[in-house]
Amino acid sequence: MKLLIKNGTLINPHGEKNGAYDVLIEGGRVTKIEKGIEINGAEIIEAAGKHVLPGFFDMHCHLREPGYEYQETIRTGAMAAARGGYAAIACMANTNPPADCAAVIGYIKSRAAEAGYAKVYPVGAVTAGLRGEALAEMGELKEAGAVAVSDDGRPMMDANLMKNVLVYAKNFDMLVISHCEDILLANEGHMNEGVVSTELGLKGISRAAEEVMVARDAILAGTYDARVHIAHVSTAGSVEIIRQAKKAGVKVSCETAPHYFSATDEAVRGFNTNAKVNPPLRTKEDAAAIIAGLCDGTIDCIATDHAPHHEDDKNVEFAYAASGISGLETAFSLSYMNLVKAGKMGLERMVSLLSYNPCKILGIKGGAITQGGEADITIVDLDAEYVLKKEDMVSLGKNTPFLGQKLAGKVIHTVIGGKWAVRDGKVI
Amino acid sequence: MALSSKDMLGMKELPAHEIEEILNNAAVMKQILMQDSKKTPHLLGKSIVALFYENSTRTRVSFELAGKYMSAAFASVSANTSSVAKGETLIDTGKTLDMMGADIIIIRHPCSGAPHLLAKHVEAGVINAGDGMNEHPTQALLDMFTIREKLGALKGVKVAIVGDVLHSRVARSNLWGLTKMGARVMLAGPATLMPPGLNSFGAETTTDVREAVKNADVVMGLRIQKERQQSGLFPSLREYARYFSLNPEVISHAKPGALVMHPGPVNRGVEMPSSVADCEQSVIREQVTNGVAVRMALLYLMTRRGN
Repeated sequence: MKLLIKNGTLINPHGEKNGAYDVLIEGGRVTKIEKGIEINGAEIIEAAGKHVLPGFFDMHCHLREPGYEYQETIRTGAMAAARGGYAAIACMANTNPPADCAAVIGYIKSRAAEAGYAKVYPVGAVTAGLRGEALAEMGELKEAGAVAVSDDGRPMMDANLMKNVLVYAKNFDMLVISHCEDILLANEGHMNEGVVSTELGLKGISRAAEEVMVARDAILAGTYDARVHIAHVSTAGSVEIIRQAKKAGVKVSCETAPHYFSATDEAVRGFNTNAKVNPPLRTKEDAAAIIAGLCDGTIDCIATDHAPHHEDDKNVEFAYAASGISGLETAFSLSYMNLVKAGKMGLERMVSLLSYNPCKILGIKGGAITQGGEADITIVDLDAEYVLKKEDMVSLGKNTPFLGQKLAGKVIHTVIGGKWAVRDGKVI
Repeated sequence: MALSSKDMLGMKELPAHEIEEILNNAAVMKQILMQDSKKTPHLLGKSIVALFYENSTRTRVSFELAGKYMSAAFASVSANTSSVAKGETLIDTGKTLDMMGADIIIIRHPCSGAPHLLAKHVEAGVINAGDGMNEHPTQALLDMFTIREKLGALKGVKVAIVGDVLHSRVARSNLWGLTKMGARVMLAGPATLMPPGLNSFGAETTTDVREAVKNADVVMGLRIQKERQQSGLFPSLREYARYFSLNPEVISHAKPGALVMHPGPVNRGVEMPSSVADCEQSVIREQVTNGVAVRMALLYLMTRRGN
């Protein structure tokens, strides 16, 4: 199959060519990036007025299979990813059973291969059963195909165990992704601690609950010359701690999610459980600091922390509601609106944050459109606006605080491995 | 005049003129309460269900008597003896009561926002009888009724509210209601029991109980939940009482004759000693009577909607 993307504007910060180029795809690979390509027998993708980007890579999502298939399956998650412009995703280990052994990693990989759409890279658990007690078999997880390890969803409260994890991971050059939250400080809170939690009478979660563990992990990584990746940074304080750690030469990287710079705890008003997420939505000062961190390179990439939930688990009292936001299908629009359209950064940087940077952190080839490289390409219309509706989402999780909002910047086509995954906004 | 919303979820949502309307009606209801025969036909043919997910004596009985004095059919559901114990969701329970023809559902729930969730899913009018740490609007209404009755007005009155402000729905409802009616609200308590951001809502705050009470027209104690000391928020009831109790010396800093109030039940010797709870200035018992009057007024106004 030959596909020819014509007349688009290539935004490809980590590839050889940028600007007005046509892209020819043959046999799943990019075979030509030139101006005015003419060729017989190729299906033409007319991209005039559109932007042609390397397919995005989400290094942090939850696919719920095995165990919670009513919330999301690997197939529906991979479809939602493709619809959001993602060519590949890394899924977290908190399934049931958890991905703490080679067998579960193998299961996820085989289900993903059957599903198609976005490529799925499993993340293994750090500890057996995600219990935070004994290490999972990290070497074997890596051999089975895990691209990183994380007990995401459950913070590692035992600092000594965390030290061992970071040091042991060096044996296999395995990335450790840390969910930073001091559970005792979080004190069973339900939203950000601040003016809004006071007003609503909801138990607050202190920023300090995140920040003390970010600081701890940065200190451990520095002390033992180990690598650590901080998941879902949500506070101004965390950004500053990581900024200083990086200056000091600590091997720390981090991500944030679009909702942390696109929404605040104000979204919880009316006890909106779709705005309940962990870490919680913070304030506009935090959002501004996160944007500044994305601009100056303190924050390395944007990940969705896509956490699909069933309506039944959200349509309850706020305190009882599940935490999480379904994010794969809105990440591009929210990033475009709040980073690029808002004048905070150029399109190139945003594209790097969504594609090349996460690949680099995980050591996976991707994030650039290159001659001879795999054809993972996302074509977007920056002028398109749409209202986010449940019915249009393909993820089983419709839990997002952005429902009903007008979003700008739309993924039109997603080509993964040279094949159509999404065409005209519709999953094929 | 009827109320603009089908529900009574909190003082935050209630416009000042509707607060006024409820308080004016409550004055009439109080006269009925003082009569030999308290029966009125105001709610004849109306059904009220009290859905209580937390224990309560005074609020529940107060609502029940208010409804029954006005001839409503009144049923009570306790979470531990109902299908809630079998795992029924709040929405399903609410819809079930709806289908039985409830005109009003009164809900008390440990989770902030539970009445708001219920209200969205039922036809019946929902009254919040206390939700988590959020609101307890009928308590605030009866407090405001009591202050107005005793002092003649709310505007310009200085009210000191002392105790566990962090966990108190009574403090929040009073803060929203009193400030809306032009009263000055001073909130005080141990620093660990004061939530952030109170000043942005027009309240003054302090951790010094004497400063709080100084020149106050009204001094209101908040109930201290004994389990708070286990979570390390203060060392002991003994130390709490020593530094935060509304004792006679503390009360002497208030205006002469200032009202002493408490939503009850009082932990005698903790929030205040018996000598204060039972003193001349204390209106704690009248608050209870006024609670029935205010709830009668509210039920009456809510069931008049659409008539």
